[in-house]
Amino acid sequence: MPEVKKINRQKEKTPMPQLSPEVRITNFDEVALGLDREAAINEAMRCLGCPDQPCVGKCPVGVPIPAFINCIVRDNPKAAIKTIKRQNLFPAICGRVCPQESQCESVCVRARNGQPVGIGYLERYVADTAARENLEDPTRVPNPTGKKVAIVGSGPGGLAAAGELAKAGHAVTVFEALHKPGGVLEYGIPQFRLPKDIVAREVSKLKELGVRIKTNVIVGKSVTIDELLDLEGFDAVYIGSGAGLPTFMNIPGENFNGVFSANEYLTRTNLMKGYLPETRTPVYRAKKAAIVGGGNVAMDAARCARRLGADVTIIYRRSEAELPARAEEVEHAKEEGIKFQMLTSPVEIQADENNWVNQVKCETMILGEPDASGRRRPQPTGEYVTLECDCVIMAIGNSPNPLIGQTTPGLDLQKWGGIIVTDETTGQTTKSKVWAGGDAVSGAATVILALGAGKAAAKAINQYLKTAS
Amino acid sequence: MYKVLEVEHLNPTVTRLKVEAPEVARKALPGQFVIVRTDEAGERIPLTISNYDRGLGHIEIIFQIVGSETFLLDRKKPGDYLSDIAGPLGIASETQGKNKVAVVGGGVGCAIALPVARQFAQDGAVVHSIVGFRTRDLVILEDEFKDFSAEFRMMTDDGSYGQKGLVTNALEELICAGHQYDEVFAVGPVIMMKFVAQLTKQYKVKTKVSMNPIMVDGTGMCGACRVQVGSETKFACVHGPDFDGHLIDYDLLMRRNTQYRDKEQANVQEVGMVCNA
Repeated sequence: MPEVKKINRQKEKTPMPQLSPEVRITNFDEVALGLDREAAINEAMRCLGCPDQPCVGKCPVGVPIPAFINCIVRDNPKAAIKTIKRQNLFPAICGRVCPQESQCESVCVRARNGQPVGIGYLERYVADTAARENLEDPTRVPNPTGKKVAIVGSGPGGLAAAGELAKAGHAVTVFEALHKPGGVLEYGIPQFRLPKDIVAREVSKLKELGVRIKTNVIVGKSVTIDELLDLEGFDAVYIGSGAGLPTFMNIPGENFNGVFSANEYLTRTNLMKGYLPETRTPVYRAKKAAIVGGGNVAMDAARCARRLGADVTIIYRRSEAELPARAEEVEHAKEEGIKFQMLTSPVEIQADENNWVNQVKCETMILGEPDASGRRRPQPTGEYVTLECDCVIMAIGNSPNPLIGQTTPGLDLQKWGGIIVTDETTGQTTKSKVWAGGDAVSGAATVILALGAGKAAAKAINQYLKTAS
Repeated sequence: MYKVLEVEHLNPTVTRLKVEAPEVARKALPGQFVIVRTDEAGERIPLTISNYDRGLGHIEIIFQIVGSETFLLDRKKPGDYLSDIAGPLGIASETQGKNKVAVVGGGVGCAIALPVARQFAQDGAVVHSIVGFRTRDLVILEDEFKDFSAEFRMMTDDGSYGQKGLVTNALEELICAGHQYDEVFAVGPVIMMKFVAQLTKQYKVKTKVSMNPIMVDGTGMCGACRVQVGSETKFACVHGPDFDGHLIDYDLLMRRNTQYRDKEQANVQEVGMVCNA
């Protein structure tokens, strides 16, 4: 007789235990604490195990979601981690930072009548349990193929590509411009959302696979792509250099003291650990901070500023429905007392006699017809409001770093600086032996899309290396 | 980790370090800089590459003790290590195709001016060098400049060495003596560069200045190093560090450079640095 699957009919997700807002605004500890075994099994039992697996189709890396959840139901985290890792090398990271609500969980059948299965919570549970209980099989170093691959950038895309290529037996070297590997996982996403020991753990696992990571190497400056291919004997290059150049609004007053890009503010806080008294990198501790933007980076900057003691307001030119940030980040930001000033767009930054910002003049917006992104376009009203603040953080996006484009003949770029790929499914660029993906190609997006692009390119590179003589 | 090979105290507050950094030395050009992090708790600070040896894989940096990071760098001994050196960064100075140039260096800025001036000379230009210091005890790199300079002017604020006066006095004198410069290249305190640019604008001499604003990553990522160049905002790390001296908003830069003064002063106390400057 076939086993009858027992379903938990509970309509809501099993709640994620988390630090109280009062406690968390005083420190940088992780906010979400993770499900315990009982809660995880309870949540896993909400999964219907749909045969057509809509959730898997919405996962940029194709994690076999019902299969790993079924392992949790059977209380077998060892099988669960093995199942996930077939498709995703970094579940501890993705479980924490993926926008599940617009991917896997958005199509969960349970969401038609209640909340979707907490797929992100469960992915994290599996990854954390596996790490804590050492459930993973020891890394098997594959037989070397004799091929060398260079990866530019150690962010999520670069690490994913490195992992896949190392598993295939290629000699992989990752070049990182900063002094620490991890890219946006290290400098951008704060400790309270993604603890840095998790990033370090994933990086050290790659090293066990034989991946070499060279920090302080700025490709395009310390070495060019052509030198990697022609002089250093690399057979292929993957560019995952991200979107490193912060965008400003080009409004008057943007260069006053106290106006920072989110990149600067977050790098000082996260990579340089400016929030710890024992480090020497300064980070401005604002009294009243205005954060411009509505994405995850804006939420991260706002929540860092809050923890550094500021009264924080997020200024966004559309309405709450259009906020591009993960729902959970918005919710956490609100719990932490961060104010949202919607339908507001800065037009001028003003400063005191010491050149330090003291207010932002904003225009009130209304929503018009949908634009190319499908979101309703904000339109000016001619009415203005002024917001007092001693710090403005611009979190309105990034464009690709120009250093590689400038120094790589044959690598065609979009007008806005993105690397052109001739095949979106592989990330092949216009230059032979060179692939690219993630924000360097698409402009600022998400960790998981970068992971997906890195993985897809690794597959194509592997294929190429098999056939290349 | 990057090994310190030589330490030379050029004057009481300026030090030259020779460091093993083959990947930087391999590509370094005059006018470029590195980001240095002395230790794990330290800041990333930009320092100009004052010399390099590609064959041996060495670079030299010359810096003035102005805060905690340079204070700790100054205490390094041969055989010690620096946590990080990344580079070369920035666009190299344009030194080719000039017939005659004047290079103006102020204080520790002479360490930045020197490799550029030398490259001008190697690329065939007649180089006039004007260097300025507060007083005789602070003079650095005099012989090095004299090696290739067709004219050399030493200025001190107090007249204790060379001529009494400012670099702009000497520069104006040379211009008025009929020297036609294709370019003036100036680097030193922001206020000095501002006055050099004012002077050369008056005489319509093309002028380049080398900017040294606050930076974090040095690769274009943070935007801390914004400088106003005419109507545009530029990042000194990727668009510079050299810019048209007649277009820079010097006052803005001076104010931006004070942005983190509180923490800088706390750091100075933390590392036990005695301020006697």
